[in-house]
Amino acid sequence: MSTAFRTIKDIPKEEYFAPGNRLCAGCTAATAIRQILKASGRNVVVVTATGCVEVATSYFPQSAWRVPWVHIAFENAAAVASGIESAMKALNRKKKSDERIHVIALGGDGGTFDIGLQALSGALERGHDLLYICYDNEAYMNTGIQRSSATPYCAAATTCPPGRLSSGQSTQKKDLVAIAVAHGIPYAATACPSYPFDLMNKVRRALDVEGPAVLHALTPCPTGWRFDTDKGIDLGKLAVMTGLWPLYEVVDGVTKLTVQVPRREPVKRYLEVQGRFKHVKDEDVKRIQERTDLLAAKFGLGPVRQ
Amino acid sequence: MSKRRLKGWKEIPMGGMVTEPGSSVEFDVSAWRTFKPVIDQSKCTKCGLCWIYCPEAAIVIKEDGRYEVDLTFCKGCGICERACAPRAITMVKEESA
Repeated sequence: MSTAFRTIKDIPKEEYFAPGNRLCAGCTAATAIRQILKASGRNVVVVTATGCVEVATSYFPQSAWRVPWVHIAFENAAAVASGIESAMKALNRKKKSDERIHVIALGGDGGTFDIGLQALSGALERGHDLLYICYDNEAYMNTGIQRSSATPYCAAATTCPPGRLSSGQSTQKKDLVAIAVAHGIPYAATACPSYPFDLMNKVRRALDVEGPAVLHALTPCPTGWRFDTDKGIDLGKLAVMTGLWPLYEVVDGVTKLTVQVPRREPVKRYLEVQGRFKHVKDEDVKRIQERTDLLAAKFGLGPVRQ
Repeated sequence: MSKRRLKGWKEIPMGGMVTEPGSSVEFDVSAWRTFKPVIDQSKCTKCGLCWIYCPEAAIVIKEDGRYEVDLTFCKGCGICERACAPRAITMVKEESA
């Protein structure tokens, strides 16, 4: 099962995520799901909470999924996934089926950070053998760019608009991987579709471990972040290169950086591409840079390029 | 552009079930785009970055190893153009029909 993806020839040609879905042009969440399903193969049940991906891929009377797929309400992706995992385990025990399947729960940042956190916490605590993937586009993009608790500091959203008295989102992004690791789970990691081999190897490793695994993937959203549709992959790379999105994995509590950044780019380069940070003043840029420096020191990233 | 028609209510199975996996391929997204990617095969090094970064699986690998664009599914986002290291892909404006 566990073969590492090293070159482009190792990646399977099969597409389990069909084209013709209604995701926006340039949506990197679609890239991420393609890569996830290529890594997982077809013996998988995908459970999707409400979100961009759910509404755009199951537009009646069509479906973009070529693997078994369940849509459930906003809050219980992890709960339904643990139910499917337990049912499959019972069928195996009673010798009614000898199929070995993996269960992947897929939630957006609203369905993971805000609404589904309780169900996710329960599933991690009970120790079900599932993989929870959060595709993080940093706001409720599906309903019209409302802020979520994954929205970063100073970003503009329709419910935290910048103006004379406000500079956008006033709070920090939650650290989902730290919350997941606090449950004592065997595998948690961050990923980004701009680094496809890193993401696919992490999906493989997460499916291989016994017990719950959490993967947190940053997926730039051209509609909500206000950038040109062709820049999504570049922005993901820039998020990693600035140190705002360190790519690491936590295996049994031991943190390991998977993509090293020897010379970090200044965060200003990441912020100035996006329309949602258009209003940001110099002192806020300085504050974001200081916070990023702390994050980089925590994970051992290199110094900022001068 | 082939115009694919959606099914009428008499053709949809009882209960509105989706009986075929991946049936969204019946939907034509070609009207979404303003620019279409054109691959210059003489410059292409077959690195496959356009294929793995494409959100839509609109880049298909032919049997002889060539990469080609399936214009039925391309939404014209331009990710492939920026991902292409040898600059073999250019975005060309669509002609009006």
